[in-house]
Amino acid sequence: MDAIFSWLSSGIPAYARLPELLQHLIPMVLACLICLVAALLFVLMANWGERKIAAHMQDRLGPMRVGGWHGWAQPLADGVKLLLKEDIIPAEADRLLFRVAPVLVFVGGFAAFAVIPFTSSFIAADLNIGILYAVAITALGVVGIIMAGWSSNNKYALYGGMRAAAQIVSYEIPAVLAILTVIIHVGSLSMQEIVQAQRGGVWNWFLFRNPFTFLAFFVYFLASLAEVNRTPFDIPEAESELVAGYHTEYSGMRFAFFYLAEYANMLLVSCIATTLFLGGWTGLLSKPLLPGVILFMTKALFLVFVQMWLRWTLPRLRVDQLLHMCWKVLLPIAFVLVMGSGILALK
Amino acid sequence: MQQAPEILQVLQGKFGNKILSSDMTALDPTITVAADSIAEISLFLKNNDELAFDTLMCLSGVDYKGSKGETDRIEVVYHLFSMRHRHQIVLKVQLPREEPAIPSVEKIWDIANWHEREAYDMFGVEFQGHSDLRRILCPDDWVGYPLRKDYVQPETYRGMPVAPGKQFVEMAQEGLPVGTDPFREE
Amino acid sequence: MQVEAYVGEEMVLNMGPQHPSTHGVLRLELETDGEIVKKVVPHIGYLHRCFEKHAENVDYPGVVPYTDRMDYVASMNNSFGYALAVERLMRIEVNERVKTLRVIMAELNRIASHLLAVATYGMDIGTFTPFLHCFIEREKVLDLFEWTCGARLLYNYNWVGGVSHDIPEGFVDKARQFLREFEPVLKELNELLSYNKIFIKRTAAVGILSVDVALSYNVTGPNLRGSGVKWDLRKDEPYSGYEKYDFEVAVGDGRFGPIGSCWDRYYVRVWEMAESIKILHQALDRLPEGDVQEKVPKKVKPQKGETYGRSEAPRGELGYYIVSDGTGNPYRIKVKSPCFTVLSALPAMAKGALIADIIAILGSIDIVLGEIDR
Repeated sequence: MDAIFSWLSSGIPAYARLPELLQHLIPMVLACLICLVAALLFVLMANWGERKIAAHMQDRLGPMRVGGWHGWAQPLADGVKLLLKEDIIPAEADRLLFRVAPVLVFVGGFAAFAVIPFTSSFIAADLNIGILYAVAITALGVVGIIMAGWSSNNKYALYGGMRAAAQIVSYEIPAVLAILTVIIHVGSLSMQEIVQAQRGGVWNWFLFRNPFTFLAFFVYFLASLAEVNRTPFDIPEAESELVAGYHTEYSGMRFAFFYLAEYANMLLVSCIATTLFLGGWTGLLSKPLLPGVILFMTKALFLVFVQMWLRWTLPRLRVDQLLHMCWKVLLPIAFVLVMGSGILALK
Repeated sequence: MQQAPEILQVLQGKFGNKILSSDMTALDPTITVAADSIAEISLFLKNNDELAFDTLMCLSGVDYKGSKGETDRIEVVYHLFSMRHRHQIVLKVQLPREEPAIPSVEKIWDIANWHEREAYDMFGVEFQGHSDLRRILCPDDWVGYPLRKDYVQPETYRGMPVAPGKQFVEMAQEGLPVGTDPFREE
Repeated sequence: MQVEAYVGEEMVLNMGPQHPSTHGVLRLELETDGEIVKKVVPHIGYLHRCFEKHAENVDYPGVVPYTDRMDYVASMNNSFGYALAVERLMRIEVNERVKTLRVIMAELNRIASHLLAVATYGMDIGTFTPFLHCFIEREKVLDLFEWTCGARLLYNYNWVGGVSHDIPEGFVDKARQFLREFEPVLKELNELLSYNKIFIKRTAAVGILSVDVALSYNVTGPNLRGSGVKWDLRKDEPYSGYEKYDFEVAVGDGRFGPIGSCWDRYYVRVWEMAESIKILHQALDRLPEGDVQEKVPKKVKPQKGETYGRSEAPRGELGYYIVSDGTGNPYRIKVKSPCFTVLSALPAMAKGALIADIIAILGSIDIVLGEIDR
């Protein structure tokens, strides 16, 4: 954001004559718009990517026609279709909550992009509590899901909402503990500081720095799969059991919001994992050959690919097995990792 | 493994006059028993160690009405099989067509629950002692017993025509539009 | 149901006639307390098409297309059972070529039916990919059927006294090619799905069916064999030349949990596909020459009498109780469908299950509503 501010004030002579508030507000809005548009573009691309990846894993082709080359415009076509659909609200649904729920889920997914350090100079808001903000904002999504499940006045949606509440809230804890193992070494919650602490080549990445953070990466990855409701943890929207779970009654653009938010969450979680464990925009070598944003996006997109790969391969866990895995497996491991990381940091 | 005549002998020895007749020369040897004794005979057949008929393969109703050479009656046919001894037997019970009633064998073989519901649904046979005797294939408020030979299909069911094909033919003969879009403007 | 009866968090959930996982139009009424299911009541009849009443109004050969439409996934086996029962009533003995052809078609259809069962079961548990892999193989079987008799799903193939079409030139080679391509797919399916830890966790301790309950409910076929009972009509009461083929009976052995679990029933089906491949190789080898319609009577008019003929369909023991009064139309046909009996045992299998377990159990018993409702 500061970069945009300086670029605007040096580029436009009349800029200094605007009121102080506006001078700072415009770069903020511009930075957020860039993040939002980038995230949305990614979501469209990820939708196409998922369909192609799924298709090739299933020995078929996927989208092939829309837009010419391998159906690259399929998500655009789907988006237009969803926009044009009739807006149906069930008669007995709680109208206000029904309308607000998709917005909350969308905000919970996209707002956290403001603190993702894409390059050393571009970050929409370099908060000194960056990672805490990211975790807190994604928790907003849970509220949206529960709202959606409750307000739909549909038993299947209610089940989906209840399961989501149990699952996402439970898995927050191992996720945050895994993040803590890294924060202990950095000493700051700011995202840029975390990446700066990993400069100097691949062996400085937190993934390889010590065995505790190595394991913490996997703990975080699994916990974050549960946070974003991806298979094998996708019981809130378990298609074969609950028709469509918490978004059963949603259609048209409202459903599109849930759908976009799911892909945005996938990218968000991959970006956070990249920032914390895989070195963010730093490279394999001490002097990176490629620009930071390319390195960052490569790592994040690879993690997104792994998430898609898992979805199309693994079956789904049952609700009690899922919670067992959180409370009896991941949580004790995460505690041990935090302790070990703390002991190492004392030295 | 026991042959059918031996099974018949054991049954006659135990139940005497309840065993009405038998046919050992048919493709599937059959024993006709009295209607009110079917439950006790079935229990005996299941619990006896040498017979041990632990599976009820099939329970069917048959409506003999107007068939040449047969008296008007409804029969309930039980095909029994013993997994332990690998032998089978057929029991038959003959019931009058008005108000056919027979004790239920649901407590003896659990599958009889659904088979008897189907016999009730299709033939109107009342199984005494059945825990939940309601229609299984037809809707709960259907009128009539479809597989009876004198079954007449109702004209409408809850206001809907049951055989719309016939009605469409009549409508077409009267010149009304058939098979067109109901929402179109005239 | 009175509202006062439900205190606390009990809820009645309808897995209604339209649901992605009920394998047809089946309504399951679940009484749930949170995720635990206290009571499950299946309601059937949504696909009732009055087959038994129709059968009384058409002649014996005309019943064959109706039998196809009962278990529409394994049509060859339905008409096989019917043809066997009527031939028994008429004392007809078909020639060897017909017997072998019937076995070939029945086993191919068994493979296709089990592929569908296994694939949709994986889909119910959450994996979508094995579904597509299995359906590619199933397409090949359906292509073979289309080549022989013109239809992909409902064949009208097994007539009384013979079969409708002889196999075309090159069928044997094409069939062998399919079997060669299919064996590695079975291995892949095992790696992808059968031994997957999550799949085992979801299915190996769920839906236990003990042998006494199974016999009392007349559960047959892979569902009974999954509980450890070695009973297969093809081996124990052989028909149509099955006694000459060398194959094993697939039995569940409680490898990952108590015997009689969903995993056992699922694995019996996978194993049975491997055994069907064996039978098919032997049948294709020994296919004798002959006229497939030489014993088809001009007018099918059995003498007065009745019989109960049963055969091993992919879903269990399919029984036809046929009563003939000496005319050309059957007097009464009663079909004992294997899915009917196993579905009635669902409440007994679902004691203490969660909602996700109900789906797992329902998938493992592999029902087709067309057969249940007829």
